[in-house]
Amino acid sequence: MQKNVTIDINGQPHRQAVEPRLLLVHFLREVAGLTGTHIGCETSLCGACTVLLDGRAVKSCTVLAVQADGRSVTTVEGLAQGDKLHALQEGFWEEHGLQCGFCTPGMLMCSHDLLANHPTPTSADIREAINGNVCRCTGYQNIVNAVKNASRKMAKRVSARAGAR
Amino acid sequence: MYPRAFHYHRAGSLKEAVTMLSQLGEEGKLLAGGQSLIPLMKLRFANPKHLVDLNFVPGISYIKEDKGSLRFGALTRHAEVEYSATAAKIPIIHDCAAGIADVQVRNRGTIGGSIAEADPSGDWATVLSTLDTTIRCLGRKGERTIPLSKFITDAYTTALGPEEIVSEIIVKNPPKGSGGAYLAFKRSAPVYPTASAAVQLRMEGDVCEDAAIALGCVGLTAIKASQAESALRGQKISETTMNAAAEAARAAADPQPDMRGSAEYKRMLVGALVKRAIELAIRRARGEQVEVSHLYA
Repeated sequence: MQKNVTIDINGQPHRQAVEPRLLLVHFLREVAGLTGTHIGCETSLCGACTVLLDGRAVKSCTVLAVQADGRSVTTVEGLAQGDKLHALQEGFWEEHGLQCGFCTPGMLMCSHDLLANHPTPTSADIREAINGNVCRCTGYQNIVNAVKNASRKMAKRVSARAGAR
Repeated sequence: MYPRAFHYHRAGSLKEAVTMLSQLGEEGKLLAGGQSLIPLMKLRFANPKHLVDLNFVPGISYIKEDKGSLRFGALTRHAEVEYSATAAKIPIIHDCAAGIADVQVRNRGTIGGSIAEADPSGDWATVLSTLDTTIRCLGRKGERTIPLSKFITDAYTTALGPEEIVSEIIVKNPPKGSGGAYLAFKRSAPVYPTASAAVQLRMEGDVCEDAAIALGCVGLTAIKASQAESALRGQKISETTMNAAAEAARAAADPQPDMRGSAEYKRMLVGALVKRAIELAIRRARGEQVEVSHLYA
């Protein structure tokens, strides 16, 4: 028995009849064609599939697509504005926050959740925030540096905008 | 990994969910945060034919203060408890909410789901056993309240009838002079703890007037360590009394060996956690602001 769902993904509505057992991550990758969200462990232990559901980080392998009906999802594809990378993406680039890149979409979305609630995190806050995300390349240090880099940039942009007013 | 195919029903209210459950019978299961159920379904350890989704029911996610109690709506997410200033008035509740798994799980998982699942490794049951906690349930015949000590009857087993739903969790504010702490020892954030200890004390000066101690992950349910409590109650807290409580906690534990450690290791661990949690609980009972975070191997 299929169910019609409409999920807003990165500002675009996606309407589709789906099987209730379809996981959100499969909806994103196979229905919406957005393969930036990765499937890692599939047992909710690695965090690679992390996306924002109504602004909060969730593991999209542990949410049914039908549960996201009528709600908004942000994936890694939704971070950049056209050619302009998000401050977090710039941070990961500048601080070598990735090697193979498999965990990166999840790391970015989880860090996004952190900075939205906690714009100037300490290293300990960052490590706490990404402790559900596994990276097998970097040893995490450069990821922590990347998130700090992004937080500094975002703070600067906020104060520049405030100054311009 | 896909779960086995199932029929999906979206409840508009708790009452409707009860009606759906009574129509679906044994094959119907409730879906709250899904952070345990969905992985179990993907591994095909759970294969419900029908799921009744509670996530679209309005008004069952809240934290309220009411006549000396805190009331938690069944669908309140762990993260909402973690960030709630109201919930933080009972510090052990904040310890619990902030330490469950990782951010992503806390954003989805619910307090009602955790209590109703009654996983022996779940954090909420252990912590709430040290407080005066009542579970409010809604069934076909109406409402009833069950003390937590009578609610969880065995591993993954509760006093809930087949058509009953947890609607609210009510926790009495601890009396003046109380302090508590919850410590879990974990291999990594997303996994269940190897062992955990919750301690809630009421102090008058150096003397412990009352004590509640619960052990997690070392038995089929959270274990109330009553001998450990007696070792503290009415006593001046010293190294000797704390050691006696830790020793009694080790004796009360009934751990199973698994990939997280041998039974003996877990027994030692839970004793050490109890001792540390007592120290933290005392400092909090004195009014000190103490941050508690779980210990990682």
